Amino acid sequence: MAISPPDMIGREYDVFTVDVEKGRIAQFARAIGEDNPIYFDDVAARGAGYRGIPAPLTFPYTITLDAGQSFNVLDDMGVPKTKAVHGAQGFTYHADICAGDTITGQQKVVDVFDKKNGALIFIITDTKLSNQDGVHVGDLHSTIVVRNT
Amino acid sequence: MANNPTFSDIEVGAEIPALSRGPISRTDLALFAGASGDHNPIHLDDAEAKAGGLPGVIVHGMLMMAVLGQSLSGWVAQSRVRAFSNRFAAMAAPGDTITCSGKVTAKRQEGGENLVDLEIIAQNQKGDVLLKGDATVALDA
Repeated sequence: MAISPPDMIGREYDVFTVDVEKGRIAQFARAIGEDNPIYFDDVAARGAGYRGIPAPLTFPYTITLDAGQSFNVLDDMGVPKTKAVHGAQGFTYHADICAGDTITGQQKVVDVFDKKNGALIFIITDTKLSNQDGVHVGDLHSTIVVRNT
Repeated sequence: MANNPTFSDIEVGAEIPALSRGPISRTDLALFAGASGDHNPIHLDDAEAKAGGLPGVIVHGMLMMAVLGQSLSGWVAQSRVRAFSNRFAAMAAPGDTITCSGKVTAKRQEGGENLVDLEIIAQNQKGDVLLKGDATVALDA
């Protein structure tokens, strides 16, 4: 491996910025079988009390995919993508993310540990997301499991 | 559409409405790949999936999680969700149907909010648990 697991802890990646587009939210909502008009229509979204069309609950993960964040850790460790699986995913929500927002984020490796005598390596990363007004809108908490065989 | 239950209405042990999606098709996977930005070929190309040691293409974990999220946002307005997480416990394949369910595990007041904790899961048509999750929502008194 290019970088040994313990040395990964505390590593911070570059700050990224992603524009949240209305069309992308609608496409995402359709692809998950969503039909609530708040995801497709500005008027419906405002009528339901949102600033604008809200991003669905798991959309923040797509923001990080668009920012090219998902393979940072694997690339640093020199691990082929086929050796890794998404073990767990968490989100915290502090404020809505809406179409038209510009989201800034940064991914940090918070823990790395192994199980089964090193056969499995668990990498935990946190990504903090803020909007164009500097409001901390939420966080992602991701667990990647690498088969170290 | 969310019906926004209140904190006083909710009892520990109460179940949220179940939500099913499926059978999931290969077209669903292609559309989710494009919409979500997850273009990993293990969701799109059998040959690539087999090269990676899988029996064939598998459903995106984040598509399953999105459906689990809809079981929350169909119950309360999504702006009331404070936390949502899950472990990816098992894989799903095209043809599988995903059914989500959940129940209230605790009620508490914190930071001036009325919080309800839930245990939520997604299962396939055989009853295998695909996602094992937790969520916290804030409700009106």
